[in-house]
Amino acid sequence: MPFLLPSDYLVWLLVFSVGAFAFYSGRRPHLAAPWARVFRGRAAMAASVVLCAYLLVGLLDSLHYRPKLPPAEPGAPAVYSVEVHSLLDRLLTPLRTHLEKTYSAPLATRLYQKEQLESADGGLRRDFPRLRYGGAHLENESERGRDIALRALAGGAVGLIAWIVCVALGRRTLVRRWPGAAWSSAAAALAVVLPLSGVAAGLATGYHVLGTDRVGTDVLYQALKSIRTSLVIGTLTTLVLLPLGVGAGIAAGYFKRRVDDAVQYVYTTLSSIPAVLLIAASVLMVQVYVDTHPALFPTSAQRADFRLLSLCAILGAVGWTSLARLVRGESLKLAELDYVQAAHAFGVTHTRVLARHILPNVAHIIVITLVLEFSSLVLAEAVLSYIGVGVDPSTISFGTMINAARLEMARDPMVWWSLAAAFVFMLALVLAANLFADAVRDGFDPRVRIGPAGGAGT
Amino acid sequence: MLAYIVRRALYAIPILIGINLVTFALFFLVNTPDDMARMQLGVKRETPEAIEKWKAQRGYDRPLLWNAAAPGVKKLTETIFFAKSVRLFALDFGRAEDNRDIAREISTRMWPSLALALPVFLVGLAVNVTFALGMAFFRGSALDLWGVIVCVTLMSISTLFYIIGGQYLIAKLWRLVPISGYAGGLDAVRFLILPVIIGVVGGLGAGARLYRTLFLEEMGKDYVRTARAKGLAERVVMFRHVLKNAMIPILTGVVVVIPSLFLGSLITESFFGIPGLGSYTIDAIQAQDFAVVRVMVFIGSVLYILGLMLTDISYTLVDPRVRFD
Repeated sequence: MPFLLPSDYLVWLLVFSVGAFAFYSGRRPHLAAPWARVFRGRAAMAASVVLCAYLLVGLLDSLHYRPKLPPAEPGAPAVYSVEVHSLLDRLLTPLRTHLEKTYSAPLATRLYQKEQLESADGGLRRDFPRLRYGGAHLENESERGRDIALRALAGGAVGLIAWIVCVALGRRTLVRRWPGAAWSSAAAALAVVLPLSGVAAGLATGYHVLGTDRVGTDVLYQALKSIRTSLVIGTLTTLVLLPLGVGAGIAAGYFKRRVDDAVQYVYTTLSSIPAVLLIAASVLMVQVYVDTHPALFPTSAQRADFRLLSLCAILGAVGWTSLARLVRGESLKLAELDYVQAAHAFGVTHTRVLARHILPNVAHIIVITLVLEFSSLVLAEAVLSYIGVGVDPSTISFGTMINAARLEMARDPMVWWSLAAAFVFMLALVLAANLFADAVRDGFDPRVRIGPAGGAGT
Repeated sequence: MLAYIVRRALYAIPILIGINLVTFALFFLVNTPDDMARMQLGVKRETPEAIEKWKAQRGYDRPLLWNAAAPGVKKLTETIFFAKSVRLFALDFGRAEDNRDIAREISTRMWPSLALALPVFLVGLAVNVTFALGMAFFRGSALDLWGVIVCVTLMSISTLFYIIGGQYLIAKLWRLVPISGYAGGLDAVRFLILPVIIGVVGGLGAGARLYRTLFLEEMGKDYVRTARAKGLAERVVMFRHVLKNAMIPILTGVVVVIPSLFLGSLITESFFGIPGLGSYTIDAIQAQDFAVVRVMVFIGSVLYILGLMLTDISYTLVDPRVRFD
């Protein structure tokens, strides 16, 4: 039974509005030309391939449902589980259900801790027990190296074939449609992403590729689940930030006088409060609300989802001031231009002037700000979750992963794999986002293009 | 000049009032004091009497904005808004959940915070400017390209990893400094070296890249071309002309954070166990001590507004084109 969480609806709403915006941009040269410039950049093209891979995982994780329970007796009405799963959970069922007892190192066959074991002759000894799932198919542990190599090779080969298919298909369709973009670097990035995922998938059939955490959950599964949380926070925040920032900014710059004074007062006041403290205080208040109104959230998934959404709303409500400031400045300039004055003289209404002349001409600022904002939001999530004012503790996110792994640094030998996984997955996401944002800024910012120091912003 | 400063200070008053209203709304209107009491007491001890007692102890048993039962002026003063929010202006911060005086805590804890934040600020500024100048000097070369790549990569790493990685490498593996802790006097240096290094490295990526852009912008200006045209060596152009002029936006840009140095750094302090205001705030957030968080929001805003004032004043001091009126 499909059971979409509120954040799922918003994610798909956002996907469709981005699609609509892409369609809209494609038919308007003042927006299409900058995008063409963005995708001509090699780094931007490679970064967008990585971002697309993350997006795919995030979207798969945004289709939730409640699985059907096996009927107690034949012919009984269907009963649905209270647990909410996503399509990604379905795909990763082996990873999700293969729980070990506690920590185990990546690709290990034995547990991290020693236990009392019964040996073949009936006596007791302390040793590292075999894992329940990781490498359990091996009769003899000495075959582990060969087995790992074989599975990695098989997975890599599948990834390579997928890459060849993708490149062949892409050459027929995408490259013909948009010949200007830097497709060679997209293919190069894909040549890294696909075989790597192939190797990981191949190894995941028999091992815990990135080890397991304290309660024995697969770390690779956690890392993949964290992606949705990051993407939701990085993108849904936009839904609050955009209307507030653009609305207030345009109103202030266009209507001036009283409106301008009021808007300026509000954003100066809000931006004077240190962001972290304001966010922390707001999240605390949401926590109190959630804890004192348990009846509103029947399942834990709904409670976690509410907290995730309210975190997005709070980040947006705190972060709109800089966008409003930029948009206000630009619309102040635009409102004085001849064609806007002419529109007034012809008796065109305010709504029409705003929609036809002002809004399209601040679009580049909006795009740049939103793309630049994304990576800082992903980084902020980790820090906020560490302080305890981020997502719900039951939500898997990079922040909660780091927070849980941090305490295990003192163990000997060190439990490093959770941290390493969070580090690599986050770095790839944020780095790709930063590179893409730079290209977007260079593509859209008129100053960078015309100015004497051509590539100053790179 | 004095008249300018006074006028600038008067501008800050409505903003401070606004901040006060925002924090009041956040802490008392979103959730009623009853909700907070329930949260603090927990489900088990949640009886009407316990809630009333909790509220009375903290002075939350008054009406929010308007006390109709009280006589005269007390209609306004015998309210939560007056007692909790207006008194902040008089630096009367009240007591924390553990009944300690918040003002006292702040006055002792701000020094360790400053001891950490000030070196990070100064060393960080010097390092960032040096890196940026190097990249701008060798602009367009492989050194510049790799510098930018390193900067973007450094920017993409979460602060948490800098701290965890630094603690692991320098303190645990090489045992050069203690992992965490703090001591008064000169002993503090031992404990502060690592957090300072981590703070500087963590800020390097974003800082150096921003300053590089500023330097390049400055180098595109006409007076630089003139300086080159009259035959000055590139080195002289860089150090005597570009550096001096680019330092104006850089210095006036960082003035705004100077007062906030007292607040310290939330994450670094709590990781390293430094008893400053940052770790105080984190502890308060984790213990859901609303009084402390409210006070810290207010103080943070006051310091930031002070920073904005200092920025405006520093503009008038550094750049003769900016007038006082």
